[in-house]
Amino acid sequence: MNNLIKKYFYGDYGEIEEGGSNTSQENQWPLWEIFIRSKQGLDHKHVGSLHAADAKMAIENARDVYTRRLEGVSIWVVESKYITANNPDEAGELFEPAKDKIYRHPTFYKLPDKVNHM
Amino acid sequence: MSKQHASVTNEHKINYILYLADSTLILSHRNSEWCGHAPIIEQDIALTNIALDLLGQARSFYQYAATLIGNNVTEDSLAYLRIENEYKNLLLTELPNDDWANTILKQFYFSVYQYYLYQQLLNNSDEQIVAIANKAIKEVVYHVRWSGEWVVRLGDGTAESHQRMKNAIENLKNYIGEMFIAADFETALQIDVNNIQQQWQEKVNATFAEATLPLPENIFNHTGGKNGVHTEYLGYILTEMQYLQRTYPNAVW
Repeated sequence: MNNLIKKYFYGDYGEIEEGGSNTSQENQWPLWEIFIRSKQGLDHKHVGSLHAADAKMAIENARDVYTRRLEGVSIWVVESKYITANNPDEAGELFEPAKDKIYRHPTFYKLPDKVNHM
Repeated sequence: MSKQHASVTNEHKINYILYLADSTLILSHRNSEWCGHAPIIEQDIALTNIALDLLGQARSFYQYAATLIGNNVTEDSLAYLRIENEYKNLLLTELPNDDWANTILKQFYFSVYQYYLYQQLLNNSDEQIVAIANKAIKEVVYHVRWSGEWVVRLGDGTAESHQRMKNAIENLKNYIGEMFIAADFETALQIDVNNIQQQWQEKVNATFAEATLPLPENIFNHTGGKNGVHTEYLGYILTEMQYLQRTYPNAVW
């Protein structure tokens, strides 16, 4: 029964089997997802994850790990356990149906030549 | 007459710059000893970053000292080819790292000192010193923040971390005073150490209060570092740090 109500966290798959901050190791700090804005006006982009004891430390660790080479002007951190990921087993019903609906792409319109940057 | 006066001032200035350079270099080296050993890779990187910041500051000072000294002296010969009693670093910077709490507190004490010192140096009459202080102070602001947060985190943490911070306070208490006892070269350059001490103490008091840590008591001030009289630890540091240049003179990458 437990399997049915399992909540999936980002990081549950692949290398980090334990996932999120629900690790069994006592000496392990929670995992945080790091988002960096490379310059003003651009979006924050996910760049990776790291361990930190609290949010302040996560920001500082992110600064040291991800912005040493001037990669960013702003940092967001969020504890990984607060990110809910879909179950890969559900990929079929979630994503497949969009496959044969090419009319959702805005490629069926003729744009006037005057319109640039589209 | 005036020429002689100028050369005395110059010697004081060189010694002062070497004092700043040596203190940052030796603490940088101590921090670099953690590289690959910190319990968490993110903190390994953080401390190594600080070591690199300090090394960069030391380089700036050595380069400037080298131009003042002349005689084909370079930043490398100053860093790698002097002996113990020519080093003017604070005793605090050469003390062993011991545990993480001790390493953190050492860095915190020194960074707070550097912060108020560099603020004062921003008004120095020497443009080169102003330029170096101006570049370095942003790094130092971060070092104060990083180490200060660790002091609070450990002091106000578990019983174990609190006790380790208390041990570190006891361990380092006799090496604080040296920062604020002016050497000849500091007096000559009119560095106001009392002003730095006052601000340093306020910052440390506030941080310790937040960290629920007691201030050190029964302090005895060890001195000597500024004049080249060091603890036994410096010799070991130099042996390791200078090994390559001593064994393979003029080796380059």
